Amino acid sequence: MRDASLSRALLYAVAFLLAFLYLIPLAVVLLNSLRTAEEIVQTSMIGWPRVWAFQNYTAAWADFCIAQTCSGIRPYMLNSALVTLPATLLSTLLGAVAGYAISLWRFKGDTWIFALVTLGVFLPEQMRLIPWTIVLRDVGLTNTLAGLVMIHTVQGLSFTTLFCRNYYIAIPADLMKAAKIDGAGFFRIFYRIVLPLSPPILIVTVIWQFTGIWNEFLYGVTFTTGTQQPVTAALIALSASVADVPQHGVQSAAVVIAALPTLLVYLFGGRYFVRGLTAGAVK
Amino acid sequence: MSALVIRDLHKRFGATDVLKGINLDIDNGDFTVLVGPSGCGKSTLLNIIAGLETATAGDIEIDGRVVNAIPPKDRDIAMVFQTYALYPSMTVRQNITFGMECRNVPKPQQATALERVAKLLQIEPLLARKPAQLSGGQRQRVAMGRALVRDPKLFLFDEPLSNLDAKLRVEMRMEIKQLHARIGASIVYVTHDQIEAMTMATRIAVMHQGEIQQFADPDTIYNRPANLFVARFMGAPPMNTIPARLEAHAGRPVVVVGDTHLPAPPSIAPEWLGKPVILGIRPECIAEPTRQFGDGTAPSLTITAPVEMTEPTGAETIVVLRLGGTKILARVAPDIRLVPGAPATFAVDARKLCLFDPQTERLIA
Amino acid sequence: MSHAAPSPARPLFAGLKRLPEFLVIWVPLLLSAGHVVVFTAWTTWISFTPSTLVPVDGWVGWRNYTNVLATRNWKIAFDNLLIFGAGFVILTALVGLLLAIIIDQRIRGENVLRSIFLYPMAVSFVVTGTVWSWLLNPGMGIQKLVNDWGWTSFRFDWLIDRDMAIWTIVIAGIWQSSGFAMALFLAGLRSVEADLIKAAQIDGAGPVRIYTRVILPTLWPIVIAVMVILLQFAIKTFDLVRALTGGGPGLATQLPALVVYDFMFQRGHLGRGSAAAVLMLLTLLGVLLPYGAWKYYQRRRDARA
Ligand SMILES: Nc1ncnc2c1ncn2[C@@H]1O[C@H](COP(=O)(O)OP(=O)(O)O)[C@@H](O)[C@H]1O
Ligand SMILES: [Mg+2]
Repeated sequence: MRDASLSRALLYAVAFLLAFLYLIPLAVVLLNSLRTAEEIVQTSMIGWPRVWAFQNYTAAWADFCIAQTCSGIRPYMLNSALVTLPATLLSTLLGAVAGYAISLWRFKGDTWIFALVTLGVFLPEQMRLIPWTIVLRDVGLTNTLAGLVMIHTVQGLSFTTLFCRNYYIAIPADLMKAAKIDGAGFFRIFYRIVLPLSPPILIVTVIWQFTGIWNEFLYGVTFTTGTQQPVTAALIALSASVADVPQHGVQSAAVVIAALPTLLVYLFGGRYFVRGLTAGAVK
Repeated sequence: MSALVIRDLHKRFGATDVLKGINLDIDNGDFTVLVGPSGCGKSTLLNIIAGLETATAGDIEIDGRVVNAIPPKDRDIAMVFQTYALYPSMTVRQNITFGMECRNVPKPQQATALERVAKLLQIEPLLARKPAQLSGGQRQRVAMGRALVRDPKLFLFDEPLSNLDAKLRVEMRMEIKQLHARIGASIVYVTHDQIEAMTMATRIAVMHQGEIQQFADPDTIYNRPANLFVARFMGAPPMNTIPARLEAHAGRPVVVVGDTHLPAPPSIAPEWLGKPVILGIRPECIAEPTRQFGDGTAPSLTITAPVEMTEPTGAETIVVLRLGGTKILARVAPDIRLVPGAPATFAVDARKLCLFDPQTERLIA
Repeated sequence: MSHAAPSPARPLFAGLKRLPEFLVIWVPLLLSAGHVVVFTAWTTWISFTPSTLVPVDGWVGWRNYTNVLATRNWKIAFDNLLIFGAGFVILTALVGLLLAIIIDQRIRGENVLRSIFLYPMAVSFVVTGTVWSWLLNPGMGIQKLVNDWGWTSFRFDWLIDRDMAIWTIVIAGIWQSSGFAMALFLAGLRSVEADLIKAAQIDGAGPVRIYTRVILPTLWPIVIAVMVILLQFAIKTFDLVRALTGGGPGLATQLPALVVYDFMFQRGHLGRGSAAAVLMLLTLLGVLLPYGAWKYYQRRRDARA
């Protein structure tokens, strides 16, 4: 039994060491966001604040200059929110219906369509950059948030359809048969029977889409410029301006603010996410 | 008039023929049981009757109306599934009224129908629960309730008792049978359990490999099976089937098994004389020598054969004996002592012998 | 009773009534399936044209491809991808497995630990790259800290070391993605049948043996799935490098995705950029097609069994 308690102690030691390592980047950014630029330059990026520089946050939020515009990251956060929320909701809703149709209503060509949708999950963004540029230009949405919403909705459909389809495929065929005999049609079966069973997978798709779109960088930096950019692009622009005059405290505060929405989503939804991920992803 | 007519129905899934020309004519008020081993196409046939699956060829007629192109909801049918298929997110009440909701039946009418069914099945206390909060038997009742509330032309049951434990299954069997007697509905009931078929049906259709082997009343199916498959599938333990020869002795046809001679059924055609046949005999038609079959009206007949093994079940004893090289079963009274290895004498019910053609496996007498 | 006439061709209004249904099924499906097909064909087409700043018609055959393949930039990027891909996938899977096994031991604080290992996944590659660029920067990160403590000869300067810089990407990648691998592995570990474990216990197997002989062998389909997902992350890696090293020092951390971007938007050569993108896709298919074939074969075998 000594053996067992020893290996148990070892287990906890390894677990806490790893947890510590994983937390280092978060701790460093949080601490730096409260240190002054001078202090960071004098010591290193890693250290306890000597004076608490809360003003870093107001600077990062409202008046730090990013690429000639001195408005902090507030407008970019707003951009990200205005892109992420509608695109998440639209792609989840449409993907749920599409996944429902593809899994529970067999129709001609459904396997082919599904194969292509799955392929869409893997197709590199680089293959879509030029076509999207041209499509955006032709529909007049170049450098607009609406354009990004459109792109993320269409691309997100691949994920949401796949996830929902993999989840709905487990709904017993008899349930569908019973509903058809009862006289329920496509929409009634969806909102009376399928949708009430869906919260686990909808939580997953919403979290997945929200973090994916919020954190997306390539499209943001390619299709928008200046004050239309999402916050990820603004952070890169910010580090470019910081390279000249080191302002790591403010930059850290900006990083914290930019990462906060997705961190909160994970903190509150993470448990359901892990549970549902396995229902939808690995099949 | 016929409640259901099926004409030359075929169904293929890709390259496999699942139904190969089904013909059935089911009378109003009949309790028809479709019985067969699993995978023989019973559910497929039921799904096609319901309109949940389309036939490759053939016609379905419900209550005099060809329904081939009519969707399930308009066929005036109700269905009970093996898995019950209760809507998990709805209460029992909503499960039962969902069909009426879909058909826009006015609320007061829904309530009346619900009340009638809940009373009939004694599920009033369960109405507010969700399916997850019900036991297997209760779920089964709710599934029945959902079907009964429709008052359709035709009820379809797909192995509705298979997921219940043995005791509950026997109870529900009785209950469904009484229910049928009370409401007089036309029922097509699918099962792989031949006891269920025998106990409940007014007519039985035995299916095998996508074909109906025999469609008749339970008595005929049991005593005059149309072929060896039906003979071996119905009854537990099944009918003994013994290779034999038909010969003439003193001008009468006799079935010869080893050195045992049994009088052949009088209906046997003379051209079978001198040819091999298969003798079919139910285990309960072989019993202790004192047994009087048919209140003593049956001609007395005995055989002697070595006993291999006995299996007392309490109510009776199953005896394995060897007749002309074939192991066969007999059912004797429980108080009879038999010594394995020693020959014993048994009474045989001569009226119940069946003969089959070894080639076609069909009943010939 | 007269027989109803066999139903005629579906009346128009019935078709109209089902119109909303057809729309919600087909619009999303066609958008998502259609854009995959059209965009892939489109970019492939551009890769065969002499397009520079804007797409133009014309046909140059394989010239863009031979050009791209001949550039030092692409060759280095592809070599880097091999190192990064192998290192990132294998190490992330291993770390993820380790984390999953630790959490699977029914330890106290399981929920907290799981959240800690998983939170990096919530963070964008841009943030990950930025923060790790600080930590790994010898002038202000870990090396500086240790030097300031008095160990002045301590060196941890992979970020500016041409030979080691690619491993900084690997480190940040592991930190970001191992929680994801952990989550999938953990689900696999937890779904091993309890009866199987009981049987092994009755057979007298100790906890370690149960793990290595009974539980882990059931996990390998998930291991392969996770490695494929990670590998396609690796092939598409872009933001992380942009934020962490910018592809440098020199070309030491250049990856194909950066080369595509470079051709398309920095050098203004859409034709070559597209050719490079198609090469990326082919690399990806080189991973996905064998995996798909294997899954298909497995499914067929299971269906027959
Ligand atoms: N959708 C389908 N696709 C292909 N084969 C099927 C399908 N449904 C049933 N089958 C096959 O048809 C045969 C009959 O199935 P089923 O009607 O369910 O049998 P039963 O209900 O008698 O057990 C089986 O061999 C089954 O594998
Ligand atoms: Mg069946």
